[in-house]
Amino acid sequence: MPKRFLSIYFTHFAADRMARHHPELRDQPFLLSAHVRGRMVVKDFSPSLEQEGIRQGMVVADVKAIYPSIKVFPDDPAEEEKHLKALAEWSIRYTPLVASDFPDGLLLDISGCPHLWGGERPYLETITGCFQHNGYDTRAAIADTIGAAWAVAHFGQNMTIVEPDGQAQVLQSLPPAAIRLDAVTLDRLEKLGFKQVGQFSHIPRPNLRRRFGEALLNRLDQALGKAPEALEYVKPTPLYREQLPCIEPIRTAPGIGFALKRLLESLCERLAKEGKGLRSGIFICHRIDGKTVQISIGTNRASCNAEHLFKLFELKIPTLEPALGIELFELEASLVEEVSETQESLWATENTDHKAISELLDRIAGKVGMNAIHRYLPQDRYWPELSIREATTLNEKPETDWCTERLRPLHLLAHPEPVEVMVPLPDYPPVHFRYKGKLYNIVKADGPERIEQEWWIQTGPPRDYYQLEDENGARYWLFRLGLYDGESPKWFLHGYFA
Amino acid sequence: MEGVVNKQEILRQLREKLEVLEGFRPLPQERQLDFGLGPMADAFPGRCLPMGAVHEFISPSPACAAASTGFISGLLSTLMKNGSICLWVSTRRSLFPPALKSFGIEPHQVIFVDVRNEKEALWTMEQGLKCKSLSAVVAELREVSFDESRRLQLAVEESRVTGFLHRLQPRSENTLACVSRWKIRPLPSVVSDGLPGVGFPLWEVELVKIRNGRPGIWSVGWRDGAFHHTPVTEVAMSQVEKRYA
Repeated sequence: MPKRFLSIYFTHFAADRMARHHPELRDQPFLLSAHVRGRMVVKDFSPSLEQEGIRQGMVVADVKAIYPSIKVFPDDPAEEEKHLKALAEWSIRYTPLVASDFPDGLLLDISGCPHLWGGERPYLETITGCFQHNGYDTRAAIADTIGAAWAVAHFGQNMTIVEPDGQAQVLQSLPPAAIRLDAVTLDRLEKLGFKQVGQFSHIPRPNLRRRFGEALLNRLDQALGKAPEALEYVKPTPLYREQLPCIEPIRTAPGIGFALKRLLESLCERLAKEGKGLRSGIFICHRIDGKTVQISIGTNRASCNAEHLFKLFELKIPTLEPALGIELFELEASLVEEVSETQESLWATENTDHKAISELLDRIAGKVGMNAIHRYLPQDRYWPELSIREATTLNEKPETDWCTERLRPLHLLAHPEPVEVMVPLPDYPPVHFRYKGKLYNIVKADGPERIEQEWWIQTGPPRDYYQLEDENGARYWLFRLGLYDGESPKWFLHGYFA
Repeated sequence: MEGVVNKQEILRQLREKLEVLEGFRPLPQERQLDFGLGPMADAFPGRCLPMGAVHEFISPSPACAAASTGFISGLLSTLMKNGSICLWVSTRRSLFPPALKSFGIEPHQVIFVDVRNEKEALWTMEQGLKCKSLSAVVAELREVSFDESRRLQLAVEESRVTGFLHRLQPRSENTLACVSRWKIRPLPSVVSDGLPGVGFPLWEVELVKIRNGRPGIWSVGWRDGAFHHTPVTEVAMSQVEKRYA
């Protein structure tokens, strides 16, 4: 089958995206600016500014001199690329082979598709109409090659359908930039007076190669269909979803459990085959009165163990209200991760079955909440509250050693408690302190250990920590906040030693 | 004479039978661990701290709680020596993980579960005690009823996981199905050669109850990553008496 390609060019992609996300901007002129060699340059602008003489690459300051009230936003190429990918995925409804042409276009391999829409003309109109309806300014063209479709979409007449084998004819009158050349080659062609592709396409190839390099010939061949060109097509993220319709509406908990088990088994079989595991899942029940009820679970580690996942869901089945009955069950894995078998050997233990522990934690998380489970790793900071950080996964190992140079209290109060102290001399440990109305006489003391604020993050007075022991042998960690300069510093109880 | 020996033998066998009926199963010799408890070992049945059981600790004040946590951490360090994982359940946790390192525990091998109420804490502890892969479960809470403690005891009989029930300022010291009841109080640290400063931690460890064992009182410290035993001096005892006078 002869190949056919459709190229869509979004003339104001960045601006259209901005207007879509901020509908209030739709009727206002605005700019998107980017840093180019230390200057703020116009990257894109709302379509209404085109008549006013604004062009891409102008300096923002110049535009502001003309329109002082114009709104300027920073350009975000990463978001734009993501958005373009999303558009490409959306376009899969028209053809299975869609590639995003960064920064502002889509390339569709439409071979064998247009007849489903009644021919190439209605097909083209449907697609562009849909984009325009959603607020995108587009130019599009269909041709036999990617190069020709791209050239006509960017430089030719909008909505052109190039006849099969007609690309050579169409390219003749287009400028050299239409065959996707780099700036250096374009500059050289311009200097030599080549204004159209037709002016150099018939020149013997060795001559062209000597002057402009292989790239020009390659691009020309690609546009004419003499050289192959590969596209990287987008792959839609697979949806892990299973459905189970019921003949009779189901109203009982055992019935729901049975349906859930069936769905989990088929989903887990699929996940296991692809080497993946479920991290979070939703079980949706469609009731016959048109409403939906759902329960969701999360796991600590990707799992494709149907029995374990069922146990997690089982805790929540009583919260489902079947009302008159449930006619359709749906199970969706909303977050899926790779399962790696090497994870089993974490913590380098001999007799620990880690799977059992992660399943235990899943059960606990299901009952008391995910945010109840904590694990801590050391952090290279001295401020006591900041010397630990929470581990995000069960498998995370400490990057640095736990610091044991300085003794730390076994019990640390969440918030230091203010105490009243008696200090014989500045920088001496207290003789006694009063906490919650009770007096503690200090017999032994160690310190001070000064811990300064992390000045690059926050400012404030330093803490001078003392280890104190009272007459009964109870050991405390007190600190003085600040120095003795003028006013008397405050004292706090921060922890208990074992 | 022979009759007397026979009688003692029969009594011993009967006692063993009773112990089994009471749910006491001593661990096989190769699985017993040496906790370095020295003279305290005489108090335990079979001269080994009962593992696969729930121990109860009562702390009437925050300072005692810190001492109890220190003693529990010392025991845990032996249990976790093979790199296994421990679950730490609490309602109002004040434990500072880096300090565990000085008691020979890798703090990242402890999983903390901070629950909202005691009911959830007990549920979590029971679930943890049923998981054979854990080395130990520590729970910090206030009130436990006899029935709840029996559930915990049944869970450990199945899985042989060691549980530590740390009760902070309980309203009453009610009877529980736990294998032992401990009270740990801090003692003034001993500084050698009259040096200034605070010495190594020292506690007065009181074993109030122990099933099939002999209760007692000892003074135990923690020094250089191991328990350190000092005879209960009269000074320390008099202090204790003074405090409870």
